Amino acid sequence: MKRWFPYPLIGLGLALLWLLLTESVSTAAFLLATALALAGCGTLLRLRFPKARLRRLGSVPGLLRDVVVEVFRSNNAVARIILRPSREDARRSGFVRVPLDMRSPHGLAALACILTATPGTVWVDYDSTDGTMLLHVLDLIDEDAWVRIVKDRWERRLMEIFE
Amino acid sequence: MSQAADLPLWAALPVAMLLVVGAGLALAGSIGLVTLKSFYDRMHAPTLGTTLGIGSILIASMLYFSVLQTRFVLHEILIGAFMVVTTPVTLMLLARAALYRDEREGNPDAPPRRPPPTKD
Amino acid sequence: MSATLISAAVLVAQILLVAAMGCAALRVLRGPRAQDRVLALDTLYVNGAMLLLVFGVRTGTTHYFEAALLISLLGFVATAALSKFLMRGEVIE
Repeated sequence: MKRWFPYPLIGLGLALLWLLLTESVSTAAFLLATALALAGCGTLLRLRFPKARLRRLGSVPGLLRDVVVEVFRSNNAVARIILRPSREDARRSGFVRVPLDMRSPHGLAALACILTATPGTVWVDYDSTDGTMLLHVLDLIDEDAWVRIVKDRWERRLMEIFE
Repeated sequence: MSQAADLPLWAALPVAMLLVVGAGLALAGSIGLVTLKSFYDRMHAPTLGTTLGIGSILIASMLYFSVLQTRFVLHEILIGAFMVVTTPVTLMLLARAALYRDEREGNPDAPPRRPPPTKD
Repeated sequence: MSATLISAAVLVAQILLVAAMGCAALRVLRGPRAQDRVLALDTLYVNGAMLLLVFGVRTGTTHYFEAALLISLLGFVATAALSKFLMRGEVIE
């Protein structure tokens, strides 16, 4: 099992994707889904894709819930900024450099997805030599506050899961 | 439009609301694309449409077809999952390309090349 | 009752989405720089996929779903390729 499916989560995801796409649970669909999962895992093995070690899966639902809440909140905030241009002069946008302690590539990818998917912040660049991340913030009030938000709200919890 | 008459009102109300809210968010994002001043500000506007905008339209579509065909129609999740994975990738690639171009031309929009020494 | 409600909502959503596509098209035409045009093109793709999903609700067929999926796939590939082109001057190194 370990030999054929070195990436169990990705294989399962590919199989589910196929079943959803064809919208059937017949034997043929299951066989094709398994073939797709095998092919995907084989390709990743050839590419020497780093394996993720997930620890403490119990904190994943809480994290997902917080991401959804944050997406709702920041959608509202950004829509207000766009539709009320009278306050345009008071608003300041800019770049923030955040020093990160996380080194796991999967954790960094998850952090990038979370930060970019919430409107108002975009992950721009990552410097792997000193581990700093460049973030662009639409409504920048205080640089240090943003560094604290990124580190306390997301990075610490992602490190619990991925490292 | 004829099948929509079979839809019970408890399903029609959220479907209608989600459709209008999703389209409204997409419009808000595109208005931001036109009105915001600099490129880096405009980069934030389309995320309104790609997160909650398309999300609510997908949920509306799932609810509509699931109730209408009395079975779970879930393949809209694929577009949602795809959007979640690809939007950060495209935005990041585009932001880095813009940063590179601005740095090479010495535009004032680009951030300082190295972190200021006070941060360390 | 629910038929009129759905058709009204679909009409409003279509008008809003076409207006959104118009805004994005305006930014594609105005620029001023290449990255603005690429960003607006990406928005145009996403808005187009949403419009197709609304068409699906309007006609009551799930066939539009495949078209929306394809548009979002192509939009991602196109934007990624264009961004790489802006960065390096070529798509495949």
